[in-house]
Amino acid sequence: MILFLRTLLGVGAGLGAGLGVAAYVGESPWKVFKILMGSSFGDAYSLGTTLLYAVPLLLTGMSVAIPFRAGLFNIGAEGQLTIGAISAASVAILLPDLSPFFAVTVAIFAGALGGGLWGGFVGWLKATRGSHEVITSIMMNFIAAALASYVVLYWIKDPTSAAAESLTIASAYQVAPWSIFEGASMGLALPICLAVAFVLHFALERSVFGFRLKAVGENENAAQYHGISRERVWIESMALAGALAGLVALPEVLGNAYKFKLGFSPGYGFVGIAVALVARGKIVHILWSALLFAVLQKGAASLDLETEKLNRDIVYWIQALIILGVSAEVLWSRIFEWRRARSRRKAQAPT
Amino acid sequence: MTILGFRTASLGLLTLLFSFLAQGEGTGIKVALITDSAGKNDKSFNESAYRGLLRVEKELGAEIKVVEAPDNNAYETLLRSLSEKKYDLIISIGFLQRDAIRKVAPRFPNQKYALIDADAGLPNVKSVLFEEQEGSYLVGALAALHSKTGVVGFIGGMDVPLIRRFQMGYEAGAKQANPKVQVLSNYLGVTPEAWNNPPKAKELALDQIQRKADVIFVAAGNSGIGVFDAVEAKKVFAIGVDSNQNWIRPGRILTSMVKSVDNAVFEMAQALKAGTFQGGTSRFGLKNNGVSFAVDSFNKSLLSKEALKQTETFKAEIISGKRQVPDYYLKNGKS
Repeated sequence: MILFLRTLLGVGAGLGAGLGVAAYVGESPWKVFKILMGSSFGDAYSLGTTLLYAVPLLLTGMSVAIPFRAGLFNIGAEGQLTIGAISAASVAILLPDLSPFFAVTVAIFAGALGGGLWGGFVGWLKATRGSHEVITSIMMNFIAAALASYVVLYWIKDPTSAAAESLTIASAYQVAPWSIFEGASMGLALPICLAVAFVLHFALERSVFGFRLKAVGENENAAQYHGISRERVWIESMALAGALAGLVALPEVLGNAYKFKLGFSPGYGFVGIAVALVARGKIVHILWSALLFAVLQKGAASLDLETEKLNRDIVYWIQALIILGVSAEVLWSRIFEWRRARSRRKAQAPT
Repeated sequence: MTILGFRTASLGLLTLLFSFLAQGEGTGIKVALITDSAGKNDKSFNESAYRGLLRVEKELGAEIKVVEAPDNNAYETLLRSLSEKKYDLIISIGFLQRDAIRKVAPRFPNQKYALIDADAGLPNVKSVLFEEQEGSYLVGALAALHSKTGVVGFIGGMDVPLIRRFQMGYEAGAKQANPKVQVLSNYLGVTPEAWNNPPKAKELALDQIQRKADVIFVAAGNSGIGVFDAVEAKKVFAIGVDSNQNWIRPGRILTSMVKSVDNAVFEMAQALKAGTFQGGTSRFGLKNNGVSFAVDSFNKSLLSKEALKQTETFKAEIISGKRQVPDYYLKNGKS
């Protein structure tokens, strides 16, 4: 709880500094804050669109946080979500005649499987060849982008479009948006992804799997000594991370665009790193941290539209300052501890 | 002049003046522009549209608003917010906005929209298409006619159908001007990063120059500058794209294939002000100056008279319909 409050302090400081920048260029910080809030939660449509950003960030945030537990840094969520999305879209285009319920299940499974294999491969490389996961997962991002563009341009291309995008998926695969969101493309993806987060929270905190992950992350030698295979944990955690990123296919391909568009992701995989960082890798905290970054991403366009002096870049300022604020929080707590230790020493000195 | 006459005249003048002032205020139009994520200062496609809009502000006295979309999911939200703000015309730049406009425009049937580079197929949307293959055909002919080695190059940005259309026209024009010419083609990549990678563009250009290419047409957004660096280092020529880029490396840029997005934007705003704006599809090709090749003080001395004459003949033949330019879209099933 203390940790949460300190993090919140860091976020507040970052946001405050960001609004300060806005004030410096001559826009009232209060107005900027109001625009950010209004554009994100002002009405049902805005809320739905904000969630359209928040749900993928929730998934990629978890995709970064889970390997982090095991001491791995997954920079590959972007590639994993690309593979997941192209897998789901390919299945939905190549097998158009499934019944709706079955179709959506198969496509979700294809997305998770595609992403999972992509992520698991990185874990496997580390386990068997000792390749560093940061390097391999970054390289796999580029391979994923090239592979996805090959598939979309040569196998499932929409020939009537000038853009690099796939054909529209069969109607059985299209997950309809909920009418409460007044036209925003958000529906079934929300409860499904929340349920996944819920399950994973308990898996991490209360299950043997979560314990093994933590054991390897804290001290892999000790874990090995106690019979936990670090290699297995690496492969499992990276595969799970990839599967989570691959699930982005659900909100984006099946629930929003109804097709695969090359470059559809505004860097969800990379922003996911920031989401996980701000949340300290705790899934409960990823829920709000993903929402925070979604608000900023959504607000970028509105700030450009509603103010005279700001453009979309102010949002990247705010994002960066929040990350700085949260990182600095570690520094602050160290200072706290140091002062406490000093006062303890002082208290002990006379005796 | 009698006093009465003077009075009438001055009254008339005053009325004229007042009506003029009133007109200046009353018919002010509001035009909004949504650029794609490259932004309004991309030195190329979006910037051309932005220039057109600045002219609209200055010459038509319009109130303008430019918004740069931060990502591809933002188009829909922006279109909706702008539609609620009652702009007279909302212009969307780039084919990436097609799906968003198709979703939003039917909800606001009285709002007028324009979409550049893609066909929306809606009654309240003016879809503006450019015949890139026609302009590319002409610069292809110019390239072949100026090549001493008989090898010319093409460097595309992201490998998408739109850029294939440039390439196909360019190749056809080069082959027409010199059947023995060899055309080298490369693409920078398959991700949007390709529009913003000058070092790689430079490498590709150097490679093509090593394979004897001495005129290189580059259609790659911000990456084009890398090609310009390479041709300057190796003393060969480049051809620019979208905006007139001749000035960037004077003496090294043979010409530019200009896509007049600015004119299209201006003409639409003019039609809007005159009350003649209509939805539907407009094609901007050679015949209505939508595409062209740039000749100005920077490249006049580079172009030979015979080559220009030959190219002008091709141009006239294309306009009259006597000469067919292959179109990548038609070849691949797009109407």
